[in-house]
Amino acid sequence: MEGRPARDEQTLIAELGAFALALALALSLAQVGLSIAARVKGLAAVRGAGEGAAAGAFLGVILAFACLIYAFVTSDFSVSNVAAHSHTAKPMAYKIAGAWGSHEGSMLLWCLVLTGFGSVVALTGRNLPWRLKTVAVATQGLLGVLFIGYTLFASNPFERILDVPIQGASLNPVLQDPAFAFHPPFTYLGYVGFSVVFSFAIAALVEGKVDEAWARWVRPWTLAAWSFLTIGITLGSFWAYYELGWGGWWAWDPVENASFMPWLIGTALLHSAIVTEKRGSLKAWTVFLALASFSFAMLGTFLVRSGAITSVHAFATDPTRGVILLTIMGITAGAGYVLFAWRASSFTGGGLYARISRETTLVLNNLFLAAATVAVLFGTLFPMIIEAITGKPGSVGAPWFNLVFGILMAFALVILPVGPLLAWKRGELPGAMRKLSAAGGVALAAAVLGYILVDPKKWLAAVGCGLGVWLIAGSLTELAERVKLGRISRAETLRRLGGLPRGAWGMTIAHLALGIFALGACVEIAGKIQASRVMQPGDTLAAGAYSLKLDAVSDVDGPNYLAQRASITVTKDGKTTCLAKPERRTFPASRTTTTEVHICPQGLDHFYVVLGEERRGDTGQPVWLVTAYHNPLAWLIFVGPILMAVAGGVSLSDRRLRLGVAKRRTATPAEATPS
Amino acid sequence: MIRRALALIAAAVLLTAADDPKDYLKDPAQEERARSLFEQIRCVVCQNESIAASEADIAHDVRMLIREQIAAGRTDKEIKQHLYDRWGDFILLRPRFGARTALLWITPFAIVLIGGGLIFLRRRDTEAGAAPAETELSAAELKALKQLQNNPPDKLAQ
Repeated sequence: MEGRPARDEQTLIAELGAFALALALALSLAQVGLSIAARVKGLAAVRGAGEGAAAGAFLGVILAFACLIYAFVTSDFSVSNVAAHSHTAKPMAYKIAGAWGSHEGSMLLWCLVLTGFGSVVALTGRNLPWRLKTVAVATQGLLGVLFIGYTLFASNPFERILDVPIQGASLNPVLQDPAFAFHPPFTYLGYVGFSVVFSFAIAALVEGKVDEAWARWVRPWTLAAWSFLTIGITLGSFWAYYELGWGGWWAWDPVENASFMPWLIGTALLHSAIVTEKRGSLKAWTVFLALASFSFAMLGTFLVRSGAITSVHAFATDPTRGVILLTIMGITAGAGYVLFAWRASSFTGGGLYARISRETTLVLNNLFLAAATVAVLFGTLFPMIIEAITGKPGSVGAPWFNLVFGILMAFALVILPVGPLLAWKRGELPGAMRKLSAAGGVALAAAVLGYILVDPKKWLAAVGCGLGVWLIAGSLTELAERVKLGRISRAETLRRLGGLPRGAWGMTIAHLALGIFALGACVEIAGKIQASRVMQPGDTLAAGAYSLKLDAVSDVDGPNYLAQRASITVTKDGKTTCLAKPERRTFPASRTTTTEVHICPQGLDHFYVVLGEERRGDTGQPVWLVTAYHNPLAWLIFVGPILMAVAGGVSLSDRRLRLGVAKRRTATPAEATPS
Repeated sequence: MIRRALALIAAAVLLTAADDPKDYLKDPAQEERARSLFEQIRCVVCQNESIAASEADIAHDVRMLIREQIAAGRTDKEIKQHLYDRWGDFILLRPRFGARTALLWITPFAIVLIGGGLIFLRRRDTEAGAAPAETELSAAELKALKQLQNNPPDKLAQ
């Protein structure tokens, strides 16, 4: 309670935040009105004013967000959101993170990112055809109006309470964690990044024109959104892995699926936009995916934020917010699809391609990704739909997802390394197969080895390992082909390696990273060893090649929790490899207990130790259930996706795709094409 | 004093922990079978959790039930049927194929088949009809063209 500012000042800050948000709403409205007027009348000055309003709206939301953070930092419990989600004893970093930890705060974060990206679109892209850009800015403004309006009127984070509590109700301690603090911002950067893609799609539909220049503008935004979303999902998965203490990292939980669907569609869009940019084909499909990516991002937010996922009944108890969100989503996506149905038939033409060509592999990639997205969508919504119809809850769990998603993805992964080795328009399959024969052999060997070595037999995991190796070896083959490894002098190969465009590096690294992830995931699932025992200090437990000894358990005082911390010596082949200190934390303010897993990295493997609750032994002495997992290659599961996001960044740094650079090189022939 | 009070609060909210290892089946192969079954059975009171992951009492009870049945020599299929008879559809994390779940199972694969069919048919159209309309040249064609430009055949010159 120390350092709480006087009441008047608190009130002022919250009011200022609400006012700034209202201002941002007004400016977004102005952005829409001015941009539409500018598009209709063709007045440059009005267009500039619309772009200025976009920047102004962003400044307004920045101010509002700063006010909310201030309210959290100063523990201003007169703000109901702060009272419900903070606590004076909380570490400062989590007080700040608490600003976007709640529903209201996260919607404000959504608005912040939305207006931020909107102003980037407004202030850059001078080389874009002005009509296209103006419509995109108007659409972005319209999204701003809807979401800022929703935040202000239906989930205002600055709402105050008359009966000010002296202490806050704390943030869920399970969420008090660095990975989880950064998970929402990255996920939202990804989700909302697709709003720009959406706005460009609407603009293309309104103007009735999709060309290479359009695709060139859509691609960096897709890449950026996709990379952010990749990081967001990975952080969430890593958090589940070490915070929930059950040794798993992906459960096909609806909340996870909600963020995975836009990622899958984004991946498909990333690939179809390449075809549209390079070959002028798949125009309508790319526009459709651009609409779909943001629709799925909104659906994800709706599913998580409305409570609809947990149960139809939970949703029904307080449907107001959910219904409004659903309406916003319906208006936005619905308008987009109606416009698409009306205008998309005009997007024809483009380069033709033979049945065996790089285009075909990219089309197949899109086919399997789309089917996989529908699988995840159906699996996620099916229980809700069944419950709504029959009154009895339906059940679709991890085993169903693993099977259906696994089969669809397996096909996509088999095709993947072939694509980059085929030429555009007309490729030669025998040639590509010959180049990939070594990679195929290694992959097959890995699959067979995986099947033989693991007991009991897990053929699905063996196939997965084979596919992982196939991707890694295939990507390396593609790289070797590009630099003509072994066919020309080494110096020339190195020169070629140095001369590869960043975009090519991005693709190779991303595909390699996907292989690394697939390999890690399959080995971890197939080779996981679990052991548990009720122990008292001095007891030992063996888990695979490792053994651990419980030395002591002591009480520890944390900033806002009490904990029991075990000291455990982990040994391998008689040598100490790790001193594990897993904890069990009790948070008195929220009356919850969490487990703090200790992960000992062992090369690429994880040795994962969990301390269970204290019990009484046979003679009344305290004993603890200790569970240990040896998770082989577990690092790869998280390193792979992060590497994918890095690959996205590498591609993004390619001169051709750089957002700011494009305007400085308007003289190149590609940009000079009439538009 | 405060510490003790806190410990009491903590004890009251503690969840039931994972199984005591002495509950495990003696035969490691049987225990392995039990665990792979746990992954496929829903904890009916939890939120999207299998009984393998859940710390709820009922999950523990079902785990013990499955272990008993395995010890009694039942097959996996019989055990699942037994659970199905008792709790219905909801207990299985991988829904059975049936009238209610047909759409769920079929749609993703139908998309692949229909989409693949459309792509195949459309490709055939373009290859049969529109292929000559291509104006851009392939790498090989370009090379041939360049060669022609560099060494024009004499016959053409005349």
